[in-house]
Amino acid sequence: MTDKTMTPEEVVSRLHSGMTLGIGGWGSRRKPMALVRALLRSDVTDLTVVSYGGPDVGLLAAAGRIRKLVAAFATLDSIPLEPHFRAARQRGAFALMEIDEAMFMWGLHAAANRLPFLPVRAGLGSDVLRVNPGLRTVTSPYEDGETLVAVPALRMDAALVHLNRADRLGNGQYLGPDPYFDDLFCEAADQAYLSCERLVDDFAGAVPQTLLVNRHSVTGVVEVPHGAHFTSCVPDYGRDEAFQKLYATTPWPEFAERFLSGDEKTYQSAVQTWHEEQT
Amino acid sequence: MSRTTTTTRAEYCVIACADAWRDNGEVLASPMGLIPSIGARLAKRTFSPDLLLTDGEAMLVGLDGTAEGWLPYRRHLTMVTGGRRHVMMGASQLDRFGNQNISCIGDWQQPARQLLGVRGAPVNTLNNPVSYWVPKHSRRVFVEKVDMISGVGYDSAAAAGPSATRYHRIPRVVSNLGVLDFATPDRAMRLASVHPGVTAGEVQAATGFPLALPDGVPYTREPTATELRLIRAVIDPDGLRDREVPPA
Repeated sequence: MTDKTMTPEEVVSRLHSGMTLGIGGWGSRRKPMALVRALLRSDVTDLTVVSYGGPDVGLLAAAGRIRKLVAAFATLDSIPLEPHFRAARQRGAFALMEIDEAMFMWGLHAAANRLPFLPVRAGLGSDVLRVNPGLRTVTSPYEDGETLVAVPALRMDAALVHLNRADRLGNGQYLGPDPYFDDLFCEAADQAYLSCERLVDDFAGAVPQTLLVNRHSVTGVVEVPHGAHFTSCVPDYGRDEAFQKLYATTPWPEFAERFLSGDEKTYQSAVQTWHEEQT
Repeated sequence: MSRTTTTTRAEYCVIACADAWRDNGEVLASPMGLIPSIGARLAKRTFSPDLLLTDGEAMLVGLDGTAEGWLPYRRHLTMVTGGRRHVMMGASQLDRFGNQNISCIGDWQQPARQLLGVRGAPVNTLNNPVSYWVPKHSRRVFVEKVDMISGVGYDSAAAAGPSATRYHRIPRVVSNLGVLDFATPDRAMRLASVHPGVTAGEVQAATGFPLALPDGVPYTREPTATELRLIRAVIDPDGLRDREVPPA
């Protein structure tokens, strides 16, 4: 069977400018940050990013890589407002398809099921319809005759997700309390890249329900310990709140210069050095 | 006899929030903000014992924090659309028909201040009861017209048709000054009660549109001795509530 292991650089070499790119996780939780950092080291740009937004969106926005964002929010969770997302929006840096959290989920389901749309009640009466003039409604053919929003499929060229464990074939396991929507991201994308804290030989003895992502929906697997840093990746580690605060309060050029100018190993050691300076 | 102490403004806010979940039965109470969280726990400890609560993450938990069920985001959204939930959200702006904004201030194309985004406000408001909590009642929050309708108000739901109004309901808005609702013929916001120490005139002055005022606006009810004991000794012994709403 196909060994799909690769490096972050190999993942990024398969991405190109202008792509629609899905990013898994939620807010500042289990984001594929090492893959995002690898993307920042490349010249891939002009992206349409589909995300339950967190610092993934902030980093890409600060680096000017987003042409269009599809999202319901961007937040750092413990810090409610994502500063780089805010700054980018306030200077009109990218287009936005702002939809509701549930609309977003059904858009992923539609794409994963190869449907053009799915009906939802959410959105009616709100300005989500005003700011997305392309959104259409659909009327039930049954007796109820209800008119609902037809959320279009959020089909993606590629998706990036991070899980706790994976095997070399692309099967992925989450060990925290919430799967988020990472399986849907993989199924809704033409290619999906799964980074993990640790590669395992097999899932013998695993609790079956933790085996979230199946290999048929995964193109490449990357082992990157601390690959979700500084977002949370429980139970392997929680959010690095101190570092997230630094990210949120440091001017972008200064932060990028200190932490993002080298490879992933350089990043991790720069983070460690910074923590040692704090004690 | 126990020593009598004056009920603080924050404590009136807590019981006004708790009362939002009165007679709700077996539904998920989703409080956002500290005082609504204290209120939801107070309701569950007293008059609404069947309420469900989460740990703020993916678990349904009892009052002692013990897990009783699993509610990751994808199932939480089913709880929303299934209607067995009553959320109390915050609001950066709120208008006279209950339209709420948490998305951005100014022109949406290039906002003066980007806030959270609409989050789940559209799905919440069309599917399960949504109340609001405003810790600092002012004309900046209570505006004639919100900049971006995130949570749907009564006029917007009516204009959008029966699929929008079918499950739409805004039971109450609690602020540091009083309790507001939409119990008027045209569903315009009404001052239902003022917290002791506040006058209807003060609430109107802090509101950017005319409020419906019943003859003789009543005071928010007094907490029971049991409620005061639970708030002070059990649920919020460190008095964090006073940081969200300082004593008047």
